[in-house]
Amino acid sequence: MIKSIEDINAISEKINGADINNQNIIYVHMGTCGIASGANEVLLKLKALIKEANMMRDIKIVTTGCAGICSEEPLVTVKLAGQEPVMYCKVDESKTKEIFDKHIVGKNMVSEYAFARGMEYQLAERKANGGKVAGQKTLDTKVRGIEEIPYFSLQTQIVMRNRGLIDPNKIDDYISRGGYQAAYKALNEMSSEDIIQVMLDSKLRGRGGAGFPTGLKWKFASKEANETKYVLCNADEGDPGAYMDRSVLESDPHSILEGLIVAAKAIGAHSGYIYCRAEYPLAVETLNKAIKAARKYGILGVDILGTGFDFDVEVYQGAGAFVCGEETALMRSLEGKRGNPRPRPPFPAHQGLWEKPTTLNNVETLANVAPILLKGAEWFANIGTEASGGTKVFSITGDIVNVGCVEIAMGTKLETIIYDVGGGITKGKKFKAAQLGGPSGGCIPAQHLDVKIDYQTLQEYGAIMGSGGLIVMCDEKSAVDIARFFMEFCKEEACGKCIPGREGTRQMLNMLNKINNGDGTLDDIAKLEELAKVVQQTALCALCKTSPNPVLSTLRYFRNEYEEAVAKNSEVK
Amino acid sequence: MCYNITRKKLINIRSTNVEDIQKQFNETQILELDKIIDEFGKKPGGLIPLLEEAQILLGYLPLSVQYRISLKTGIAPNKIYGVITFYSFFSMEQKARHRVQVCMGTACYVKGGKDIAEKVESLLNIKKGESTPDKRYTYENARCFGACGLAPVVIIDGKVYGKVTVDSIEDILVQYK
Repeated sequence: MIKSIEDINAISEKINGADINNQNIIYVHMGTCGIASGANEVLLKLKALIKEANMMRDIKIVTTGCAGICSEEPLVTVKLAGQEPVMYCKVDESKTKEIFDKHIVGKNMVSEYAFARGMEYQLAERKANGGKVAGQKTLDTKVRGIEEIPYFSLQTQIVMRNRGLIDPNKIDDYISRGGYQAAYKALNEMSSEDIIQVMLDSKLRGRGGAGFPTGLKWKFASKEANETKYVLCNADEGDPGAYMDRSVLESDPHSILEGLIVAAKAIGAHSGYIYCRAEYPLAVETLNKAIKAARKYGILGVDILGTGFDFDVEVYQGAGAFVCGEETALMRSLEGKRGNPRPRPPFPAHQGLWEKPTTLNNVETLANVAPILLKGAEWFANIGTEASGGTKVFSITGDIVNVGCVEIAMGTKLETIIYDVGGGITKGKKFKAAQLGGPSGGCIPAQHLDVKIDYQTLQEYGAIMGSGGLIVMCDEKSAVDIARFFMEFCKEEACGKCIPGREGTRQMLNMLNKINNGDGTLDDIAKLEELAKVVQQTALCALCKTSPNPVLSTLRYFRNEYEEAVAKNSEVK
Repeated sequence: MCYNITRKKLINIRSTNVEDIQKQFNETQILELDKIIDEFGKKPGGLIPLLEEAQILLGYLPLSVQYRISLKTGIAPNKIYGVITFYSFFSMEQKARHRVQVCMGTACYVKGGKDIAEKVESLLNIKKGESTPDKRYTYENARCFGACGLAPVVIIDGKVYGKVTVDSIEDILVQYK
């Protein structure tokens, strides 16, 4: 049981006190994506080899969550005593054998399979010391150091601070990285008002899509006089093509629990739920293990951390409905009902889950909370732009070389993300557009690649920050077809409660199908645009209100493609 | 009076459906189901976890199961039916031996997921949501699995196949007997 800050520090020192430079550690990066690419087979092979060579005592295997660069998986990092770590990519069983023989036993890195030298947490030190780390021998410099690879060096890690490094199932690992210090500080040294002021000053805005200031959200709920309040975490990451929350949940679940504890203290809640989608079984399992470990340490439950504050969390598994990512629908689903949204007001801060004051925060938002409390609001605000503090995690996918989760400081240009971090378009094709914000978002075409990423600017260009899905399309892709794709998604996922959402999405899809199949007329385009605007203004909740965005955005930038599709029709006739 | 007749009718429907469950599932399954009902039935918000567990246990949730849950928990049958039909995780139809899910997330779509889906449809000769007559495959479109680095993705019985092509999908499918 942890009862004081000394107890936390003792655990931390026990791990950090052991000289890491003298240890042999092999990190196997096993997020859902890693496992799907074969990380489990690699792990088993590695264990068998170590056992065979009778080296169990000399080598520690650490299984971590996603290491961030999904297109190179499975990834294994080998760190031997006195040597810098080496990250190997696209490892399979035969490569494992070779790496084991040559590197782990022979102490010489296998350069041909290596992706980078160094690990992400060493970035600052390596940048400052010209690629060197104290006490670790530099290996083959023909392989790039991690600080020389733009994919890693251009990222700013706050949310993803522990990825690829800690075992998500070991609470001590999290504590050794400064974990639960912020929770202790919030519970012991800060009042509810203090915490809220720090969040306001930090300019942290909700990372789930809408971008509402987190401090303000907490302030509303804290003002409610009610003995029962709830804090919820929205882990129902449903946007197709967005998976940053999954990555955080699987690699650093305690950062979410710590964020929830701070939020609970800020608003005066004593119980919380994490609503996680059914498609993420590993995340649910990891969260449940984390909660169990935290309860055992007295970090959740009664009198947590010896501060007299009671708080506990449960994981609630969704059952497959995109609309449940919407706050009022999520709360109905938690109550065991159909996930229908309802009109606001009453706002959840006033009447939320079971009609009690409730605050709902996204996974990424909560992961930001602990660093802000420890390092200060000013530090966080300085990282971002004038209006939005901190970083944003994007999952970049589609026709791009480096696929993965990237954490970028607010205000970074889109072209930096696509060409420097992302490594450009696959097979030397031409960039057409980047789709941000999924079914609620829009496209940024080539002529606006220099747009700076922040909430306001993206909106001006007809896209939104959204939850962080960034899908890159090459010029072979049709804008009409992608608009049709998102509309089909919205039509399928619309809950059916309001007419604009239920019938509007259906009619828009019909028109898009007609145009896309070459049966449309110019009149259809005009009708489509009109209906899109009506749905935008009249639908009940954010899901359908924003569903016309992909249509309007493609009409704005690629109207010619709609007209060409229609023109083909008239030529035929 | 009128109310009484309706109620009688309802009870009749219920009793036939309650008996149906004996034909559809064996005794151990029903016993396990009752345990699940006891565990979650009285919890606030417990209906969805209850149904999730029941679906994992039985594979599908036909009316007979819904009535049994209703009788034991006191939750109205229409509420249970409403929840089951709302969420895509639940099914009222028995699934085939193998569940083939073609991901239709954006990343998979951009990378050719639609072609894979069409190929699966033509190979199995069924539409999405349907099962083959020999009860070998059920074909569905999956919601994004968050493994976009591997797009396009096909998931069979929970195993993820990444970077699938129109040419490779047949070889993957035939492995599932």
